[in-house]
Parts: sequence; C-alpha cells; structure tokens
Amino acid sequence: MSNKVKIKAENINFFYGKSCALKNISMDIYENLVTAIIGPSGCGKSTFIRLFNRMNDLIPRMRFEGKICLDGEDIYRPKVDIADIRRRVGMVFQKPNPFPKSIFDNISYGLKVNGMKDKNAIEERVVKSLEDAAIWNEVKDRLHENALGLSGGQQQRLCIARCLAVEPEVILFDEPAASLDPISTKKIEELIEELRKDYTIVIVTHNMQQAARISQYTVFLYLGELIEYAPTDELFTVPKNKMTEDYLTGKFG
Amino acid sequence: MLETELVSLKKRIVEYAALVEQMIKQSIQGLMEKKRSLLTEVIEKLEPRANEEEINIEEQGTVVMAKFQPTAKDLRIILMILKMNNDLERMADHAVNIAERGLFLIENPMVKPLIDIPKTADITIHMIKDSIDSFVKEDPGLAKSVCERDSKIDSINNQIFRELITYMFSDPSTIEQSIKLIQISNNFERIADLATNICEDVIYIVEGRVIKHHKEENMGTSH
Repeated sequence: MSNKVKIKAENINFFYGKSCALKNISMDIYENLVTAIIGPSGCGKSTFIRLFNRMNDLIPRMRFEGKICLDGEDIYRPKVDIADIRRRVGMVFQKPNPFPKSIFDNISYGLKVNGMKDKNAIEERVVKSLEDAAIWNEVKDRLHENALGLSGGQQQRLCIARCLAVEPEVILFDEPAASLDPISTKKIEELIEELRKDYTIVIVTHNMQQAARISQYTVFLYLGELIEYAPTDELFTVPKNKMTEDYLTGKFG
Repeated sequence: MLETELVSLKKRIVEYAALVEQMIKQSIQGLMEKKRSLLTEVIEKLEPRANEEEINIEEQGTVVMAKFQPTAKDLRIILMILKMNNDLERMADHAVNIAERGLFLIENPMVKPLIDIPKTADITIHMIKDSIDSFVKEDPGLAKSVCERDSKIDSINNQIFRELITYMFSDPSTIEQSIKLIQISNNFERIADLATNICEDVIYIVEGRVIKHHKEENMGTSH
C-alpha cells in the first residue's frame, strides 16, 4: 500500500458499562482513500468510528482500551487538545443536523469559535466550503435564509460544508445517505469521491452496494469483531472469510 | 464510477482486438513473404500478451460487476465484453495455429501459388475490424453486414478444400502441405465465425435481441 497510514487503531476494546461492544480490533486507515465499514445492525460500526474523534467520551460509563494514533500520535494520551482532534477529524451524521441559523452562519460559526475574526476571510472560507460541498449554486442567492428550509439532501451537503470550513484532515461519515432519496444519495457519493483527493474518508454504511461503489478499502465487522479487512475489489469478488461471503450474499444480516 | 469503468473496458477491448488483428496479419504476411521472424514473433511474443490481456480484462469486468451491479444496457455491455474477450482470445489462438503451420510451409516451395488463402485472410480481417467498429459505434446495421459476409468465407473455404483434394489425388507428395493449407483455411473460417459472434453480441447490446443460432429466422414475424 503506497498511501501512508493516517489513523492506526491498535488492540481496541470498548465497553458500554459491562457490555463489550468492540473486541480487540486493530487496523489502519490510509490517507486520501475511502475506507468503508460494513456489517449488520448493532455490530459496532458507529461505535468504532466515534472512537476516531473521541465522540464516545460523551457516553457515561464507557470504557476504552487500546490506542488510536492520528499521524502517529495517540489521541487518547493525557492532555491532548480534544477540540483540536474534533476539528481535524470531522463528522457527518445520519440525520442532517444543521444549526437553526442562516446558511451563512452555519458555516461561519465554526470559524468564529476557532478564532477567525476577519470578515473577508470568513466570507471567503464560507464560499469555498459551500463550493467544495457542491451546494454553492443552490444556496448562493439565499445565504441569509434559515438552513432548516433546505431539503434533506441540501441540509446534508450543508453539514459537509460546515465540516470542511474548519479544514479537517479526516472526515467520518456515519450512514450519511441513509435518510436521503436515490438522487441525493448519488450526489453525496460523487461528492465523497471528489473529497477523497484532499481528505481521508471513513464511511459507515449498512448499504453494502454503496461501500462497493465508493470505497477503496472495506472493513467487515460482526458482533464487535473485525472479521475481514481488504481492498474493496478483493472483498467483493473473493472474500477470504466465509462469514464475509455469507453476509455479502445475503445469507444473514 | 460505473461510466468511467465502462469507458475503460471498452477501450481495452478495442486495443485487444487491434493486437489480435496484428497477430493474424503478421501470420499471413510471414507465410506469404516466407519470413520466419514474423511467424516466430506471433508465437513467442504476441501470444503471451494476448493471453495475459484476456485475464486482465476478465478480472476488470468481474470487479465492475461486483462493485456496481449494472442493470439493463450497462449489464448487457459488460456481459458481452466478457464474451468478446473470450472470442478474441480464441481468435489469437487461431492466429498462432496459422503461424505454426506457416513455419512448416515456408521451408518448402508451395504446391500452388497462394491466392484464395490471402483473399480469405483479407475478408476475415475486415470482418474483425467492422465487428469491433460496430461495437464502438453501437451500429447494428454494420454488425449485421458482417454476419452476412460469413457465408462468403464458408464458400471460399469449401473451394480451397476441393481444389487441394485434387492436388493430393494427383500427387501424394503434396499431401502434408495440402493438409496444412486446408487447416489454415479452417482457422480463418473459425476466426470469421468468432467475428460474427461479436456482431451478434453487439446487436444484443443495442437492441436487446438475440440473433445467434439464426434465431431471427426461426422467430419469423410473430412476436
């Protein structure tokens, strides 16, 4: 593999209270590639990616063992700047969640919170983020309208723009198209393919065809364990594990 | 995305067809000009390339099916590309057979001047060119015209056979050479058949109609 390792997960174990949600997972996420995480409902996919930006910290009674390194540095080490981790590793959720503010303010909020004050610089960055998220043409004439007036697909692209504004390195997508129609889904998938040129992408999806279409690497999780991790082309044509084969051919899940 | 993969596969098939055409042209040229080096190049350099390319195209086609689950015309295109891939590899095999028989034949003076075999070669090569053209342009009219030329090849093949039989009767020392020439003529007849397969595939892609095994004639006008 010629791309460098952006995130390295080593011997991850994760518990909700006494219940073990992730068992001894180790894997690498490569820079500027799309890595898809597939598996049946409840297998730990969302839990797993939330480890990469420490979103799971917000869950009471959670216990985490192992190491997650971003560019070689453990993000769970003491005294790490968690807000900075969450800026570098952005997240887009299943249900679009724009702020109840104007379209412009949705994007500028993160910039202001990070200390940007120059109005021109803010405006430039807002425009660029909306362009990069392939939504600029649809919103350029209504930047000061409420974001909640946008359609589902547009709201989701707005959330992506919001994430891009603070210049992340990694973008985590947790079933980003699950609540969208097929055409909006296609737009999101095309956008992800564009974004991977500049960002590292990890996407959780219960739609294995989507994983096949857009990812270069695929991870198959089942009941909290990593069953198989391979280049997508291989996993979908000659999976090595029988359980992977059974899942892909619809025998369970 | 699927569109870019299909464009890439189509390009690869066209390039593969060009390689196969080169192998056939070179085999007949080596025979006519009695140039051993042309014939050995087909066998030793070009055939391994043709075999490898068949495997590569098959792998790429398989991955595209797995990743994109194409439907309708996209599905027909991929399935037919995989079939054309096999047919082109078979044509390459025939070209190698022609070259191997050519190596034997150029060692001795010919029993008769070669007129019909190069004629058959020329028609066959044009059939391959037009069949691939009909695929690229999605032109069922051109594809059908190639299928119609197949009977010309069959009749020349018969003619060659009957002529060489008379040579063999009148002079048994010409038997080995005559048989090799008959085999070469058969190789071209098979190549032409494979070119018509490609045309039948093109008609299936464009119109969704199956015309192979002369099904169209059997179907008549009722639907």
